[in-house]
Parts: sequence; structure tokens; C-alpha cells
Amino acid sequence: MTILLKLFLAFLKIGVLTFGGGYAMIPLIQEEAIANGWMSTSSLSLVDYIAISESTPGPFAINIATFIGMNEAGILGAIVATIGVVLPSFVILMLVARFFARFSTNDTVKSIMKGVRPVVVGILLAVMISFTVKAIFNVSVLDFTFAYFDYKALIIFTVIFVLSRLAKKISPVFLIVIAAGLGILLYGVF
Amino acid sequence: MKKNILLDLFLTFLKIGAFTFGGGYAMIAFIAKEAVERHKWITEIEFMDLIAVAESTPGPIAVNSATYVGYKLKGFWGAFFATLGVILPSFVIIVIISFFIEEFRSLEYVNYAFTGISAAVAVLIINAALKLYKSLEKSWFSIVLIIIAFSLLIFNVIPTPYIILSGGLIGFIWYLICKKKVVDHS
Repeated sequence: MTILLKLFLAFLKIGVLTFGGGYAMIPLIQEEAIANGWMSTSSLSLVDYIAISESTPGPFAINIATFIGMNEAGILGAIVATIGVVLPSFVILMLVARFFARFSTNDTVKSIMKGVRPVVVGILLAVMISFTVKAIFNVSVLDFTFAYFDYKALIIFTVIFVLSRLAKKISPVFLIVIAAGLGILLYGVF
Repeated sequence: MKKNILLDLFLTFLKIGAFTFGGGYAMIAFIAKEAVERHKWITEIEFMDLIAVAESTPGPIAVNSATYVGYKLKGFWGAFFATLGVILPSFVIIVIISFFIEEFRSLEYVNYAFTGISAAVAVLIINAALKLYKSLEKSWFSIVLIIIAFSLLIFNVIPTPYIILSGGLIGFIWYLICKKKVVDHS
């Protein structure tokens, strides 16, 4: 019972604090994962969860909540985690629809968002650096060393990056499939 | 008649949930097509308002839109069925995947594939971060906040929730100090 309550509260917190799209929730999930011991017994890491959530339909936040809930406490875990992450949006948007027709032009809301938006950008830039370093150098940013540098990962990273810049409309699913193919080719065949 | 609209809301948002990948902004065009053009549930102006609201409230934009459109149309139950519709496909698909993913993941070649994929995930995050950075109004105020939030997170100084809440608080205090009208970037 307590594990369900913990899952619910953790995703409720994540749901309240996620602004600016799914990826901004990554550090929130990482911190909750450490605090609650999520993913400790799984062969999947957060990067795997992100990849799978990106290549399946539906909002990223829902996918990842369902995934972690399911892995930690089965179907009930999936249900409470998903309800937790959705509930803040659900309640807030109903209140806005009912009471605040001019919500987004309200001075208080605008001033708060003026502080939140840059902070979310800063967070996302930090997540970007740490995931890139982790993918290519196999270390966390603070323990940075060239000792585990993975040139194959750098090749895949470069190909995918250039591809995503050249074809801006390219689907993330397609990029993930290409990266998977390159991974099998470079690590498995060569 | 009432029952039909609820069913319609449910099915339409089920379709939106089942056929858009990655969520977020990929969904906006699809939602506009369904809710504004096809069903005429809300007007184009209401839809623009909805996007502005969704950007200033937490949570996935798909859930925000479903709740808002559903509530405007049919109150609580409208919001409920639209939201249920948009989350159901994700939920079912992920539950099914999670039954076999652990064993699948430990296969040798799948492991190679996922090592490659982690480089692609880094690229996806880079592109999302740069896109959000570009859409932001640049001022010394926002640049300072970006640098502070970036440093706090990278050096693991304060848990992320406090960083986000402090951002909102600083924005509000700054507004009180200036006492002038905040100009919206968008």
C-alpha cells in the first residue's frame, strides 16, 4: 500500500512541477528514482525508458509514468502513477476553464512564468549536457574523464545530430530506429 | 444527445492519443484539426487561448488540451472522458510492452541497439533544449536565471523542485519590485 501511495505522490509532485514539455521532467524523475529506489532492480535505465516512451504513441509524461509505475508495482502502480502525473493538469485546467478566462494574460501568472521559463531552459540545458556526456564518455559530468571515451557512440551521436539538423521535420521514432541500427552495426558487427 | 458528445470527445481524444508520437507540440496541429476544424467544439481564438494557458500551467499539453476542451463542452464529465481518451492508448501500449521488455532488453543485440539509442536520446534532448531556448525572450534577467538554474542542476546543489519554485518566486518578486507591466514575449 505504501509503495502505491509513494508512487502516486511522487508523480503528483512531478505533474505539478513539469513546465515546458516532457523532457523538463527528467531531473525530477531522476531525483525521485534515487529517493524511492526506482529502476534499481531493472535492466532498463532512464535512457531506455525515454527511448521507449519516445517511440510509442501518446504524451511522453504519461508513457514514462505508466512505465515506472508498472515496473515498480504492477498494473496498480501504473494506474496510480499515471493518475498522479495527470491530476494537477486536470484540476488546474478545469479551474482555469471555469474561473479564469484571462488566465494567461493575468499579470501575476505572467510574472511567475517569466521566472519559470528561463529556469526550465537552464534545467533542460543541464540535462542536455549530462545526457550527452553520459552517452559519449560513459561518465557523469562531475566525474568527467576521457578514460571511458566511446568513439562509436560519438559516431552515432554525430550522425543522428547532423540528420536531425538537416531534416528538421524528421520523426524522433525514425532517429531512434537509425541509432538502434547503427548500435547493432558498430557494437555487434565490428 | 449528451451521451453522444461524451462518446465523441472520448473517441476523438483516443485517436489523438493513439496517433501522435512524443506528445507535446506534435499534438497541437492534430488537436486543432480535430477540435477546431472537424468538430467545431472550440473556435480558433479559443484554441490560441488554450495554447497560451497550456504554456503557463504544468503538465502535458495533450492532457491540458483534452481537459480544457472537454470541460468547455460538457463540464466535469466532458473533461474526464476527453482526458481518459488521450491517456488510454499510451497506458495500454506501455503496460503491454512492460510485460516483455525486461527479457527483451537483456538480449545481446538489443543491448547494442540500446547503446546506440542512448546517443539518439541525447540528440533529442539537445534539440528540445535549443528549441525552448530559442522561443524564450532574451533579457539579462532571463539569461541570469538560465545560468543560475543550469549551474545549480549540473553541480547538484539543490533538488530540482526548489529550483523551479524559486524561479516562479523570483519572477513574481521581480514584478513587484518593478511594478510595471510585464511584457509578454509571445
